[in-house]
Amino acid sequence: MNNYHLSHLQELEAESIHIIREVAAEFENPVMLYSIGKDSSVMVRLAEKAFAPGKVPFPLMHIDSKWKFKEMIQFRDEYAKKYGWNLIVESNMEAFRAGVGPFTHGSKVHTDLMKTKALLDALNKYKFDAAFGGARRDEEKSRAKERIFSFRDQFQQWDPKNQRPELWDIYNARIHKGESIRVFPLSNWTELDIWQYIRLENIPIVPLYFAKERPCVEIDGNLIMVDDDRLPEQYRPLIRPRMVRFRTLGCWPLTGAVESTATTIEEIVEEMMTTTKSERTTRVIDFDQEASMEQKKREGYF
Amino acid sequence: MTNKIDIKAYLDADEQKDLLRLLTAGSVDDGKSTLIGRLLFDSKKLYDDQLAALERDSKRVGNAGDHIDYALLLDGLKAEREEGITIDVAYRYFSTNRRKFIIADTPGHEQYTRNMITGGSTANLAIILVDARKGVITQTRRHTYLVSLLGIKHIVLAVNKMDLVDFDEKVFNAIVADYLALTSHLGIEDVTCFPLSARDGDNVVELSERTPWYSGKPLLEFLETVPIHADRNYRDFRYPVQYVLRPDLNFRGFCGKVASGVVRVGDEVVALPSMKRSRVKRIVTYDGDLQEAFPPQSVTITLEDEIDISRGEMIVHPDNLPHIGRHFTTMLVWMDEEPMDTSKQFFLKHNTNTSRASIVNIRHRVDVNTLEQKDGQPFKLNEIGQVDILTAKTLFFDAYAENRQTGAFILIDPITNNTSAVGMILQPLDERALENDLVPTLDLRRLGIGEEHYDAVECIAKELGRQGFDVKVIK
Repeated sequence: MNNYHLSHLQELEAESIHIIREVAAEFENPVMLYSIGKDSSVMVRLAEKAFAPGKVPFPLMHIDSKWKFKEMIQFRDEYAKKYGWNLIVESNMEAFRAGVGPFTHGSKVHTDLMKTKALLDALNKYKFDAAFGGARRDEEKSRAKERIFSFRDQFQQWDPKNQRPELWDIYNARIHKGESIRVFPLSNWTELDIWQYIRLENIPIVPLYFAKERPCVEIDGNLIMVDDDRLPEQYRPLIRPRMVRFRTLGCWPLTGAVESTATTIEEIVEEMMTTTKSERTTRVIDFDQEASMEQKKREGYF
Repeated sequence: MTNKIDIKAYLDADEQKDLLRLLTAGSVDDGKSTLIGRLLFDSKKLYDDQLAALERDSKRVGNAGDHIDYALLLDGLKAEREEGITIDVAYRYFSTNRRKFIIADTPGHEQYTRNMITGGSTANLAIILVDARKGVITQTRRHTYLVSLLGIKHIVLAVNKMDLVDFDEKVFNAIVADYLALTSHLGIEDVTCFPLSARDGDNVVELSERTPWYSGKPLLEFLETVPIHADRNYRDFRYPVQYVLRPDLNFRGFCGKVASGVVRVGDEVVALPSMKRSRVKRIVTYDGDLQEAFPPQSVTITLEDEIDISRGEMIVHPDNLPHIGRHFTTMLVWMDEEPMDTSKQFFLKHNTNTSRASIVNIRHRVDVNTLEQKDGQPFKLNEIGQVDILTAKTLFFDAYAENRQTGAFILIDPITNNTSAVGMILQPLDERALENDLVPTLDLRRLGIGEEHYDAVECIAKELGRQGFDVKVIK
């Protein structure tokens, strides 16, 4: 017996750093997709760790759907500036100017145009050959089967029936021109691991994760926080202050808040363990058709 | 809240837990998914809404009658749900008070050997399921062979559906005896057997009253306590350089993951293949310098002397070298729909090193059902056997049995870029025996190239090396 012992978090950290470095070494033009959420925040810190004391050799890219919470955008800009990241922000301006949004066009059209199409256009624009995403396998059933290096054809599509075998820690990074790889360095992390790591490493996260009194309105059973004046007229009289926080962050009209009093990470974890809803239930987009996440992944949305 | 937990104490303890990666193998009917669902369910990881969705799905397409069909939890993909089988590797996560677990759930039927190999490559432990009514069948042999091929150190034999044989001790003992005969033949040492009913939960989390004759632990408790720490190789220091970090002129760091062994500040080391020696100056991490590093840590090493080391090269201790060569014999599993074509030059990826490689000799195939050797025809999908491989670049390797990290490689098809095969190295072979040496040589003087161009030629040779071709440059 010896003392060469790593905790699960140290082992996961080492695995993620290895994956991130492998991408930097094997691809010509990688990018880290940044959603500003807690998982992204951990992934970004792992990238900083992978190349310390040097600078991270790839940019961060945020796909701004133009409906993100204002606090997310503020956090994004401050973080990138403080830690010296090269930040790219891209949006589907054409659809935005045409007035596309979740209230007028529904969650499916909004997500297709403002998230999926915006992402695909941005990847094509910069000709990125590898894109990191912060998805975890424990989030959702179809993600549980995805590889760490997930091959995408020239149309950025994922084929769950034709995935490359992935063994040990040897990742196949070979692609043809126009093809790309999505890389998920947090594949093996669970939601609790993420919170633990944020706690231990003091990683900054968007304050929306912590409970606070916020103006909310109930729409189709989801508690929606009103973040700007684009809320349709009929809901306005129903706005009430509620003590809420968010378990995931996205477009404000599509992200349900949960009632909570948790203002520290410990309290969040405690709530997580004693309440019993898994985190994606607050995502409206997962429910708009059967097996909808798998469908979105096939189309290129992560 | 009635049962207030001390969350900080919980988190402090949780932080210290280690991680067990396990593989489950069994056929569609062995109740494998049910067992995993049970482990997740009973370890209270199943959230209510997943459970509600499950109840809804069970009523619609479930195969478990009135019971909750735990298998539906695991079959994430639409196509599979229709077929009623899991077709790929799915990863599941759960934790108990003592340990965190990652389950690689893989299907059992023959055409998906590929997936089991994929799921098992990082596993510390494998659970092999058998149906108590059927005992050790062909498929059990196949799974056990694959587990032994992957070098998984610990095996659990889960004799499931004991409820259907009235929890008969004799049935269990006969199956165990059969199985131990098989594992001793394969040289597997650590086997533990459990009489289970996954559907009813017998001996999964708690000992069952229905098996008073069983004196072992429940399965979950065993999984929580089986020691896995000593399974890693802490003896032979192998550090494949992954990335060279040069933030400024004063810092040249070699990033990598310690594949095996332990390295300390001050250690004398040698870089392969240059054989240049130096000492470890610092072991750098974001969180501060370390005095020593061990597997599987990802660190950055700096050396006392300025030595040129690139990705794909390896840092080791001078008194403990790996095999250094281009010719070796290996077990190979064919993973590609396209059959093996020995006229092809593949890309071989081994740690951080990529080389062109050819299969120069097929020794034999293994019949995974009888474990007998067959003729050396080119392999088709899911076939396994022994071949000899010659690489264009020098590799630094160990036998897979000695070192899982430096004994493994993948073969990539140069046209489709698919991962065509995966290999577990047996031993090095003599290179002089080969007639066609693959390494082209550029004798710059003989070619009449002026000295002012030497740097440029060397630079190009290096780039070719990065792409998997070694070019020898003689000045």
